[in-house]
Amino acid sequence: MFTHNPFAELSASVPIAVMQIYVAVMAFLVVAGTLFDVWHKRSAQYFFQNMRDAKTRAKRTVGGGEKIGIAVQTAVVDVAASGEFCNQKRRMSHLLGMYGFIIYVVTTALMVFCYPAAATPAPAAVVTLWYIGALMICLGGYWFWFFIRVDVAAEGQPPIRLMRADLFIISLVLSATFGLIWAWLQGAGVAVWTNVFLALYLIATTVLFAGIPWSKFSHMFFKPAAAFEKRVSKANGSAQNLPTLTRDDPEQQKRHSMELLQNAPMNMGLGIKREAPRHY
Amino acid sequence: MPTFVYMTRCDGCGHCVDICPSDIMHIDKTYRRAYNIEPNMCWECYSCVKACPQNAIDVRGYADFAPLGHSVRVQRDEEKGTIAWKIKFRNGTEKNFLSPITTKPWGQAIPKLANVPAPSKEMRDSQLLYNEPKYIRMDEGGLHTLESNGLKMKKGVYY
Repeated sequence: MFTHNPFAELSASVPIAVMQIYVAVMAFLVVAGTLFDVWHKRSAQYFFQNMRDAKTRAKRTVGGGEKIGIAVQTAVVDVAASGEFCNQKRRMSHLLGMYGFIIYVVTTALMVFCYPAAATPAPAAVVTLWYIGALMICLGGYWFWFFIRVDVAAEGQPPIRLMRADLFIISLVLSATFGLIWAWLQGAGVAVWTNVFLALYLIATTVLFAGIPWSKFSHMFFKPAAAFEKRVSKANGSAQNLPTLTRDDPEQQKRHSMELLQNAPMNMGLGIKREAPRHY
Repeated sequence: MPTFVYMTRCDGCGHCVDICPSDIMHIDKTYRRAYNIEPNMCWECYSCVKACPQNAIDVRGYADFAPLGHSVRVQRDEEKGTIAWKIKFRNGTEKNFLSPITTKPWGQAIPKLANVPAPSKEMRDSQLLYNEPKYIRMDEGGLHTLESNGLKMKKGVYY
């Protein structure tokens, strides 16, 4: 099953150009939807205003080289490793969903643009990666949806309750789920149900990409920018007005209030975070 | 003035909901971010502000002592066992404080009360509470002073 390319078989009934135009339209919707979101919510205006404010409060100037270092740190820690999450389960589900989505989108584009017909078969690795990507989305997405979501885990809301905030996660997991079922039915040769699930797959995928102005899809572009700005503000001393004194600083260790910690280890372990916040 | 949440920084982890003694920090049903459901009932204890791992909660100070332009922000660093405060006044004056919040690693110095021997008759008849230091007592033997109990003054503080 994991080596069956559903797009190659689809090309027998749907012109390749139509499939490619559909993917191109979805890519256009990502750009257009994100730009509309930026304009409509005025997030860029707020972001740059915040950046200017932080610069005015800065205690030191952050140079170009340092900024590159911060950008690398942001890319590695905050983006590639989802470092901003404090809940490790949530971080893992996010990593599964994020890498699954990247693999799913890249392999879909490869299969549709480079190996669209049965005459030009896609390498088995590409096809298998498409399945793995979709399965990772399902695993991370359903785990989040049914168990980790804060209003389910903490507030006791029923897991099937839908809000507009769920548009992104729901359309994403449904796109991957319907895609997998469609590919499996197509491989099994069940014609009617194949078409039904192809339609459901297309609806979920279109909602995922066309619903960007109403969903949190574009967080994948905004969040890295915000994480970068947060690190820059820490480096230039403004730190969003947060305290910057730490116990690592030898000067601080000499303060009389720090005498009590003179022989204490630098890592005191976890305090309230030893337990999940479920005491209410 | 009550707490408020920076919606773009909150990730809905629920630590503030867990710790709020008034049970007024909740998760918004639509946006899944924390918010103060009853600002009138907030007594500004700063529990949620200190517990928030994303520093997404802030408190507006009362206008009489903290007029516009001020900032009072706190960072509770569990790993280092410290709490840091940064107070910014409207005129630009800034004050920074760093204090310990524990002297031993978390969870390793919990008294094992089950192993404590039962109180003797004398202890039961005493006015003192369990583990209450002798120098708090004011009932007999005259006034106890900090010096008479072996405490020394260092930089304005008795240790």
